[in-house]
Amino acid sequence: MAEPIEKVSIIVSRGSLEGVYPGLIMANGARMEGIEATLFFTFFGLDAIIDNRMDNLSVATVGNSAMRMPGGLKMPTFLGAIPGMSKFATVMMKKEMEKIDIPPVREFVELIHDSGGELYACKATVDMFHLNKKDFCPQVSEIISVGEFYEKSAGAKIIFT
Amino acid sequence: METVELVGKQFELDDDGHLKNQSDWNEEVAKEFAKLEGIEELNDRHWIVINFMRKVYQEKGDAPSIRRLTKESGVDTKELYALFPKGPAKKAAKIAGLPKPKGCI
Repeated sequence: MAEPIEKVSIIVSRGSLEGVYPGLIMANGARMEGIEATLFFTFFGLDAIIDNRMDNLSVATVGNSAMRMPGGLKMPTFLGAIPGMSKFATVMMKKEMEKIDIPPVREFVELIHDSGGELYACKATVDMFHLNKKDFCPQVSEIISVGEFYEKSAGAKIIFT
Repeated sequence: METVELVGKQFELDDDGHLKNQSDWNEEVAKEFAKLEGIEELNDRHWIVINFMRKVYQEKGDAPSIRRLTKESGVDTKELYALFPKGPAKKAAKIAGLPKPKGCI
């Protein structure tokens, strides 16, 4: 029988709502199964743990050829650029997520942290964007380098999102 | 058909190793399942979780999400993971005599 997964290290690199959730869902899902989970936020993914941004993430409607309109009809991509479209898609998605009990980003981050998951911010991006530790929500343990990320990921499956 | 012998009786299990017939469940059976999961003794806090899960299952036909569990049962996330180490939702469902939860959250 194949070895069960005991540890995952999940990289969140995107800052849109649909870019952030897969990593959060996988990290929480891992903890629910008793799998150790580490989350590493990098580039625009940092928005998911920046205290004054994490409540305002939105769906990226521009350049997304898989977007559908309510009712399931394919949305012409140029419509994604209309002012208010991203806001509208975000409200819709948040509503649907609430229905299936997916928490808002901040609550989800708290849930993962309280369940024993660890959250880290990427040093290179933090330096590039002139951020520091106090910009992040309290659930973030540390700002770490790529090298430290690999050290912390020893024995883990690394998942890039 | 997989079965397990607990308190001197044979119980049928489903494919996930959870109790197949919910009518077989009682508190003694729960205690035995807990031991199989490495929880030697079920305390009052364990029972809050177990009873809450059973209540939600009876109402909705599925075990509650971990979010609902920690928001509404009175046991918070940290305590839940301490009570049922290594996979609270699944373990609590097993001990509560319920099928494995279907949800992702």
